[in-house]
Amino acid sequence: MQYHRPTSFNEAAALANQATGETRFLAGGTDVLVQLRADIVTPDTLIDIKSIPGVGDISQAPDGSWTIGIAVPGAEMREHVQLGQDWPGLVEAMDLIGSTQVQGRATLVGNLCNGSPAADSVPAMVAAGVELSVTGPTGNRRIAAVDVPVAPGRTSLAKGEVVSAVHVPARGTNAGDAYLRFIPRTEMDIAVVGCAVNLSLDTEGTVTAARVALGAVAPTVLLVEDAANALIGSSLDDKALDRLASAASAACNPISDKRGTVEFRTHVAGVLAKRTAKIAYARAQGENT
Amino acid sequence: MALDDQKPSGFKFVGTSPDRPDGLDKVTGRARFGADAYAPGMLHGAVVRSPHAHARIIRIDTSKAEALEGVKAVVTRADFVDGLQGEFGFVLENVMAGEKALYDGHAVAAVAASSQLIARDAVKLVEVEYEVLPHVTDVDAAMAENAPVLNDSYADASVPAGHHPNVVRYHDSGHGDIDAGFAEADLVIEDSFKTEATHQGYIEPHACLASLGGDGKGELWCTTQGHWIAQKTCAALVGIDTSQLRVTASEIGGGFGGKTTVFIEPVALALSRKANRPVKIVMTRSEVFRATGPTSSTSMDIKIGMKKDGTITAAQGIFRLQGGAFPGAPMEFSAMCAFAPYALANVHQVGYDVISNRPKQAAYRAPGAPMASFAVESVIDELCSQLDLDPIDVRLKNASREGTKASYGPKFERIGLVETLEAAKAHPHYSAPLEPGQGRGISCGFWFNHGGETSVSLALSEDGTCQISVGTPDIGGSRASMALMAAEELGIPYENIRVTIADTATLGYNDVSHGSRVTYASGLATIKAAKDAVGKLCKRAAAKWGIPEDAVYWEDGCAKPSGANAGNFDPMPLAKITKSMGRTGGPISGHFEATPEGAGVSFGTHIVDAEVDPETGKTAVVRYTVIQDAGKAIHPSYVEGQFQGGAAQGIGWALNEEYIYGEDGRLQNSIFLDYRVPVASDLPMIDTVIVEVPNPGHPYGVRGVGETGIVPPLAAIANAVSAAAGVRLRHLPMSPPRILRALKDKG
Amino acid sequence: MKKIHVTTTVNDDNVEFLCDPRETLLDVLRDRLNLTGAKEGCGTGDCGACSVTVDGRLVCSCLVLGAEAEGKKIATVEGIAKGEELHPLQHKFIEYAALQCGICTPGILVAAKSLLEKNPDPTETEVRYWLAGNLCRCTGYDKIIRAVMDTAADMREAS
Ligand SMILES: Cc1cc2nc3c(=O)[nH]c(=O)nc-3n(C[C@H](O)[C@H](O)[C@H](O)COP(=O)(O)OP(=O)(O)OC[C@H]3O[C@@H](n4cnc5c(N)ncnc54)[C@H](O)[C@@H]3O)c2cc1C
Ligand code: FES
Ligand code: FES
Repeated sequence: MQYHRPTSFNEAAALANQATGETRFLAGGTDVLVQLRADIVTPDTLIDIKSIPGVGDISQAPDGSWTIGIAVPGAEMREHVQLGQDWPGLVEAMDLIGSTQVQGRATLVGNLCNGSPAADSVPAMVAAGVELSVTGPTGNRRIAAVDVPVAPGRTSLAKGEVVSAVHVPARGTNAGDAYLRFIPRTEMDIAVVGCAVNLSLDTEGTVTAARVALGAVAPTVLLVEDAANALIGSSLDDKALDRLASAASAACNPISDKRGTVEFRTHVAGVLAKRTAKIAYARAQGENT
Repeated sequence: MALDDQKPSGFKFVGTSPDRPDGLDKVTGRARFGADAYAPGMLHGAVVRSPHAHARIIRIDTSKAEALEGVKAVVTRADFVDGLQGEFGFVLENVMAGEKALYDGHAVAAVAASSQLIARDAVKLVEVEYEVLPHVTDVDAAMAENAPVLNDSYADASVPAGHHPNVVRYHDSGHGDIDAGFAEADLVIEDSFKTEATHQGYIEPHACLASLGGDGKGELWCTTQGHWIAQKTCAALVGIDTSQLRVTASEIGGGFGGKTTVFIEPVALALSRKANRPVKIVMTRSEVFRATGPTSSTSMDIKIGMKKDGTITAAQGIFRLQGGAFPGAPMEFSAMCAFAPYALANVHQVGYDVISNRPKQAAYRAPGAPMASFAVESVIDELCSQLDLDPIDVRLKNASREGTKASYGPKFERIGLVETLEAAKAHPHYSAPLEPGQGRGISCGFWFNHGGETSVSLALSEDGTCQISVGTPDIGGSRASMALMAAEELGIPYENIRVTIADTATLGYNDVSHGSRVTYASGLATIKAAKDAVGKLCKRAAAKWGIPEDAVYWEDGCAKPSGANAGNFDPMPLAKITKSMGRTGGPISGHFEATPEGAGVSFGTHIVDAEVDPETGKTAVVRYTVIQDAGKAIHPSYVEGQFQGGAAQGIGWALNEEYIYGEDGRLQNSIFLDYRVPVASDLPMIDTVIVEVPNPGHPYGVRGVGETGIVPPLAAIANAVSAAAGVRLRHLPMSPPRILRALKDKG
Repeated sequence: MKKIHVTTTVNDDNVEFLCDPRETLLDVLRDRLNLTGAKEGCGTGDCGACSVTVDGRLVCSCLVLGAEAEGKKIATVEGIAKGEELHPLQHKFIEYAALQCGICTPGILVAAKSLLEKNPDPTETEVRYWLAGNLCRCTGYDKIIRAVMDTAADMREAS
């Protein structure tokens, strides 16, 4: 295994482009090192991207949008008061990953690019409409988070491409997001189902826009349009919530495995969708939940 | 031992909770556990394991591994003794497969190399050709007519004709007339239960450092609950004399029964002999799960009859335990413990020991008892609720007491079940109001406890301090308890005593730290060894004073003349006697070697409140109280710790822990992320009540306390879930998908 | 394989070592620097027995490469006591019998110390969630949680 510590994204992309065999970027390492230790993947080339200037920064633009460096660990997102006020769901989703110790290292982009269908921050990023800057051997591009995972363990990034920044939209008014997951314990489990809801209201409390994303119920994260439509135009009455639950369950295409059965996942997706929507709605109304 | 030998009260040291002697080392990182040993020239070992649940080993080609730079030795079964019979034969077969790999994770070869990374690389270069055979991992499937046969020679004479060869042992016991008893009942409930296998889950993986020369002399450092059994077993497996292998027990990072046998130790010795260098092996967590000590999984049928007034008229249980690929599942303990809390005129229990393609089961805290108790106490709870009776009253009405003929045969001596039930009834927890969605469950539990072979040696130093060598590894603060008991006998401060876990070369044989025997048996031996030394101290004082030995007695750390007739002498303190001992007859020591038989059985009663989320089936334990008879609590804080630890493990077993095998017979959850032991945020505080009904078989009345605590939680939680959600779970663990399914089936 | 040269600080001591790129910080601490206080309970981030801080941030040393230690400040259980003087948490753990076998203790002490530095007045729930990545199989956590809460109270009083 070759270990590299580039100081620019162009250098990182060039290293990855020239490498042969298995290549991994090292952000927090909480997936890469586990896979190394468990003999699942021993990269031939490991590119540590934490020495690139700026990768540890969180900044807000004048328009209210946010840029999060690709090496910012969950713990630092949690400690950033303003980010947490704007995007509590996204921050919580990231915070649910692993233990305090894992939080000291794990990153959003690592969670996304590892490609696990159960990754916690991914539904929250998708619901929030997060986009990513990507540096490649031939230049830069911007891509929506929802378009990154293509199959379990696989992303749409081409050889030599490295994510160089995370862009979170401006929060806007009367809007809120939330993320909930189901796990059998209280901590230290991989999601059996995850659900993120991001919505905006008009001044009457009617939902004007919504995005609902589900994790761990299909080979990749799902952005469920029917579920969003169930909410839009409602003020989250019981009927709307039931429609939401049905749409969420209907969208599921899960597997039965050691973590849960098809039946269980499908049912719980509906339950979580309702619970998550209620929190997001309360937040959009300015409640501190 | 006679009761009049017993010291029932008036303790000065016993019953206090001083700082443990190894405390400083353990909070500073200085304590040396299994993996913390290094030796000059040391190599690192790693084990090649079968990916198949059942396969014939056609060929093992080690040449590529041997050719790797840094690899110094490769061993296979051929490097161990041939033709071992009985338990040693099974252990060897488990430690290194012979003709067949019998489970996913079964060791088939091992390598030693100059670094851990090279050893791990070399493992991948060992080529093993397998012929994959049909496998079976479920206990009921393994007993069925067409089940694959693992080994047709394992069954012993206890098995009645007509059973599948995978049934290897059979147990049948009881008394009275079952049919007549059921005929007397107003309500009979008959139900079937299953429990999945769980792992002890100690945080320290197995680890050892071995050195064995061509001269047949060896040294072994390992994390173990019993280094004498390790010595005996390893010596047999690698073919050297027992006394030529010196085994030192490291500090042990948890065992719970799982470190009472050997796995990598003989392998490290064989590699060391071949490479002529010390070899260290440390298991990965995944190896721990795949290849070491899970419990049995079970399938059980229970039938109990009860009168309207709560009297149990008859009880019957069938206990089928799958114990992995070798005989030894503790089905007789399941059978014997199942009904032990109750005085029953008519009782019948049957046990089956069944082999399957899983790792060899190892003891886990009260082996066999928690599962049986889960089934029996669930049925009793169901009877109580259908007959509208208070579950504690019913248990009190039927409780075993002194003189009761136990369900497993003998008459109980003084026991404390009734006292735990009365304490439970009086506890504020039992009458506290419940929130909506919550339910309360209770359960009793029983464990025998065990004496076992024990040696203790105690030596006094010139300055009046004392060193004690015991042979039972200290898993939870037992050195503190030994020092307290010795302080009590010698009458010197606790701080003046140092307790060491001796190696096998410096003390006589000791059974393993299991069966809740340490404080009982090593404690008894410590007291006896101290008494032995006290006798000698009195003798020196008598000689000095020129009076007969029997005119001197020992009190408060001093020899004293026993009354006016003996003469008028000032009390002679221990330190004064030891100061001159070199001139008055030489060193003063005390010894005790025996196999004490008076281990007192221990009962407990647990109360638990659980809350079930009806939409997801997720259960939270919101309040927990453990009430258990300790006989006499030597170090109360560590007794509480045993109660709490047992309850926490029981909670894990009840709710989320399980071995999950795929269709391919491979273990699917061999990391802690998926094998779900309780984490700190899963649990409430665990209240404890120590009941003290002295054990007549111990000088201070001690009963073992380590194991009983894991017996009641499974049923107590199932009963609480039943009360909270209105569904009776008969399959452990009560994971959310199982509870949700039960809720849906109920409609 | 070519080894990497690393210069770093462990418990305020300057240290240098050579390591294979695949070696973790935990491997390096234990096998190269003779600091065996951090334990390997799993090697995959699940048990917390290997907890250390890197530049003040609590992490699992089994999930950090040795090579990543370059230029960092590492703190381990061996550095918690100042000479002979134990940290209040260490005292309280002994006093409360908050350890049985003690294999989880180094990791829990490192994690608990890091908690109290960030939050001197944690609730029971906060302590339990902060320590959720530190498995203890012996104690049922009860005495550990009490020891941390009471140390926090003592330290607040003292300051
Ligand atoms: C104990 C434990 C518990 C866990 N619990 C959870 C959980 O609850 N929920 C959950 O979702 N996950 C969990 N995980 C998985 C893991 O922590 C997360 O996926 C984490 O977010 C990964 O981030 P990282 O920075 O550590 O990624 P790394 O391990 O550094 O990288 C992961 C992958 O992303 C790629 N990558 C990283 N950065 C970039 C980049 N800038 N551009 C392109 N590719 C990149 C790498 O090549 C690699 O393939 C857990 C892990 C552990 C060890
Ligand atoms: S060894 Fe690092 S978390 Fe278990
Ligand atoms: S004290 Fe043994 S694991 Fe915590």
